[in-house]
Amino acid sequence: MTKLRFHIRFPEEKIPEPVVYHIGHDYRVVTSIRRADVRETTGWMDIELSGDVEEIERAIDGLRQQGISVDPIELNVVE
Amino acid sequence: MAKMTALICRECGKEYPTEALHVCELCFGPLEVKYRYEDIKGRMSKASIQDGPMSLWRYKDLLPIEGHPAVGLHAGMTPLVHAKNLGAFLGLDELYVKNDCVNHPTLSFKDRVVAVALTRARELGYETAACASTGNLANSVAAHAAQAGMQCYVFIPSDLEAAKVLGNLIFRPKVVEVEGTYDDVNRLCSEIAGERRWAFVNVNIRPYYAEGSKTLAFEVAEQLGWRAPDQVVVPMASGSLLTKIWKGLHELCLVGLLRSVRTKVNGAQAEGCSPIATAFKNGRDFFKPVKPSTIAKSLAIGNPADGYYALKTATESGGSMESVTDDEIKEGITLLARTEGIFAETAGGVTVGVLQKLVKRGLIKKHDVTVAYITGNGLKTQEAVVDSVGRPFRIPPSLAKFEHTFGRQGAA
Repeated sequence: MTKLRFHIRFPEEKIPEPVVYHIGHDYRVVTSIRRADVRETTGWMDIELSGDVEEIERAIDGLRQQGISVDPIELNVVE
Repeated sequence: MAKMTALICRECGKEYPTEALHVCELCFGPLEVKYRYEDIKGRMSKASIQDGPMSLWRYKDLLPIEGHPAVGLHAGMTPLVHAKNLGAFLGLDELYVKNDCVNHPTLSFKDRVVAVALTRARELGYETAACASTGNLANSVAAHAAQAGMQCYVFIPSDLEAAKVLGNLIFRPKVVEVEGTYDDVNRLCSEIAGERRWAFVNVNIRPYYAEGSKTLAFEVAEQLGWRAPDQVVVPMASGSLLTKIWKGLHELCLVGLLRSVRTKVNGAQAEGCSPIATAFKNGRDFFKPVKPSTIAKSLAIGNPADGYYALKTATESGGSMESVTDDEIKEGITLLARTEGIFAETAGGVTVGVLQKLVKRGLIKKHDVTVAYITGNGLKTQEAVVDSVGRPFRIPPSLAKFEHTFGRQGAA
């Protein structure tokens, strides 16, 4: 079991969608939201994903394909 | 008694021991160093500072180390130049340039943060230093690690320019070129930082690393005769530098070295990567990440870790934010060079360009004591101005031809 922490950011059109539900439903990944700020035009979440690494990777790819950005919890570490 | 009492979460306030930690386990907020200011006040004075070394370590009582400085002993104490010519051009009586172009050993403000990060890393028992960088940070980590006898890993994107790669290789670190998009490189580096027992300076050592930036506030206050400036203009990449300058000025108040701080903290970004300045201009307290496209590579952070805190600082201080185009950046570099004889890298062009805009908007006034932070040396980004500096005069080896070109008095 691996636990990885991410900062997820939604574009405006994804705000009404149950994104976190789908992560848990479509992949064998457990979600734990620690902080979030979802508004009318933008939203972000600091979230922990637990599961097999391959499954977490699949979940991340799935989110990115929907236009949702997935970054490390530290955001930009290349500076 | 230890001056550092804890690492504290900037969001929920949960405290942690002063180890190599950077994220709150509870809310995932960033951690920062908490000090016991009352004790520091008792042992830190203007006289004790003036008796200290001519480096940033003269302020070690307010820096996050427990013992003696061990790495980067000559970083800091760069000149504060009274920029009379640039001031006259802009209509400012008291303009100063904090010139970190000449920081030791790698000519950028990163020498401050890395000196502090690796001194702390040594205290915590680390033997390997690491970073992910496209420029100044890699230079500084590699140089300091070489001096400290530490192993060093530098991660860079595989499409980085040859000159920048060379600038790292000379110090003999292990330079790892990572293939993929910026996001791929970024994520891999974050994962490696989590896996290895390395001092990854801007990841697991970040709470200590970031504190080094406060010395840019300490030095300016001392060099101005122990007063805080009315205005500062600070370039923003992650936004950390701006927040730490503000924190540093307030710490000087807390330990009794400044009576008050009314400094307006202004942030500067390149238009091609201005998530923080754009949010500020739109009156938002959050930023939207961007894909950078600017010549100011050292500021090209599209998803800045301290963006939220930078917005908060500028607002609280009564400051402002602005951005400049690539052409304005080049103009800023050449303006600073021809008026003050200082050749800054592109981030310096951003600072000067934004300074000019803030003066034009009436936000910085003639009599304001204003400090512009110039954070890196122009020799590192010469390609940015290669088309903006003109060409040499070419003449045959003949006095007559020389005088024909320049006249008998030597004026062209």
